[in-house]
Amino acid sequence: MSIAPANDQRANGHGLSTAVPVATHAKIDTAGLAEKVTIKNLEFFYGDSRALKGISLSLYANKTTAFIGPSGCGKSTLLRILNRMYDLYPGQRATGDVIFDGDNLLRADQDINLLRARIGMVFQKPTPFPMSIYENIAFGVRLYETLPRAELDARVELALRRAALWDEVKDKLNANGQSLSGGQQQRLCIARTVAVKPEVILFDEPCSALDPISTAKIEELIDELKQDYTIVIVTHNMQQAARVSDFTAFMYLGELIEFGATETLFTTPKDSRTQAYITGRFG
Amino acid sequence: MTDMTIATAKSPLYAGRRRRNAIAKTLAWVATAFGLGWLILILGILLFEGIGGLSLAVFTENTPPPGAAGGLLNAIVGSLIITVLAVVIGTPIGILAGTYLAEYGRHDKLSSVVRFINDILLSAPSIVVGLFIYEIMVAPMGHFSGWAGAVALAVIVIPVVVRTTEDMLTLVPDTLREAAASIGLPRALMIMRIAYRAARAGIVTGILLAIARISGETAPLLFTALNNQFFSLNMNQPMPSLPVVIFQFALSPYEEWQKLAWTGALLITVTVLALSIIARSLTAARKSS
Repeated sequence: MSIAPANDQRANGHGLSTAVPVATHAKIDTAGLAEKVTIKNLEFFYGDSRALKGISLSLYANKTTAFIGPSGCGKSTLLRILNRMYDLYPGQRATGDVIFDGDNLLRADQDINLLRARIGMVFQKPTPFPMSIYENIAFGVRLYETLPRAELDARVELALRRAALWDEVKDKLNANGQSLSGGQQQRLCIARTVAVKPEVILFDEPCSALDPISTAKIEELIDELKQDYTIVIVTHNMQQAARVSDFTAFMYLGELIEFGATETLFTTPKDSRTQAYITGRFG
Repeated sequence: MTDMTIATAKSPLYAGRRRRNAIAKTLAWVATAFGLGWLILILGILLFEGIGGLSLAVFTENTPPPGAAGGLLNAIVGSLIITVLAVVIGTPIGILAGTYLAEYGRHDKLSSVVRFINDILLSAPSIVVGLFIYEIMVAPMGHFSGWAGAVALAVIVIPVVVRTTEDMLTLVPDTLREAAASIGLPRALMIMRIAYRAARAGIVTGILLAIARISGETAPLLFTALNNQFFSLNMNQPMPSLPVVIFQFALSPYEEWQKLAWTGALLITVTVLALSIIARSLTAARKSS
């Protein structure tokens, strides 16, 4: 990241944000789109420091939305609000509304475990559980369902097929999940997430620890998964955002700068900061 | 003249560095040899003096009266009972406290207090533990007992297990906890099914090391279980144990008793050595997996 242009942008940003408080969004053709998650005036705090400022945007059902922006812009923070992951840590809190199927998921009496079963997450580093490949998948399923063995087997196979991993592991389902390669482990984590049958899947830089071939496989998968799920992906890689997403949100210094259809945002950005970022002038 | 090769063996700076290196290396070798030398000497003498007394009678006969032949059966059985009981009492408390420190109270003020007290307990002289249990158990009950011995050793087990459990759980990456949470796993289940599993080898190692630590303890047992010349399974009565028998027999003027003390010392050493080797190989297996 080059420092000088970033500072220029910051100066610009402050000038702009006082003049135009609302992010400049390109017009979205919402015909035929269903809002799965609606974020309104979301603010987020790490202790006393404000990490997100007045974020408002919608995540559309069966579409992939990418959050892009330079390091520290708040894109991962925003993602981790959607499944209340921040609740694990003291001193972190969110205000505003995040409406998920008509229900504000930020409300204090939200059942967080049920919420997380409906909004799954895949992490930056592969995180297989210290158990067999089969158990990695079956474990999550058993949390909320009691299935006969044959049905559970079928569910595990289906999940592994959906994650394009079945052919590689079908003969060693009892091997430890941590013995797989990095790319396989990440697909195992996707299978684990899918097996719980969520409605939304959050991807937090899922390819940043993977080689190009594994990355291509995961991107292909994301494209297939959106038929059944609403997908959100945080990525550092702008080409990846352009390849896999339908909508893109560009964030900078805790603010949502621009949100729109990916093609529009990448070809005709409305905001000078978006243009500077996507053309590689900072970040 | 070229200015390319500055680094030559003849450079005074380099020669001085080589000399200092040689001196430091020699000192390190001497220190290692000195430390290992004593260990080899101790093990050698122990083996030499103890192996002669090893016979079936050691495991089948009780401690003899002075001047007669006998074995260590009652002491071995007493040690086993007291040690197992101490582990049964101390391990759950230690694991639960360690789990609190690592999983629930990581950022609490209470945790730093508990951690500090645990560290003091970890390095407390075991004779103090013995006196403490004497005051709260032996004195009120009016007699020495196997129970008191087991509780005294449990007090020694607890801080060791607390420490290793906390350390091993802290090594479990937070990303794994987040992954468990991300499929809707409640915290308690995450700890039991994921974190314990990931830290299992380390926690078991801690328990084994705690057993190794208490199997040689003499002072806490002198004040609590005392000793018993006879075979006894009654936990309410004084109970014999290997370390106390060794202590008593080694100080005695009778040759048979002294010989049995050597044999008992060899048994304890071999047991502790075996436990340490198992603990080491568990840790190694964890690292390589």
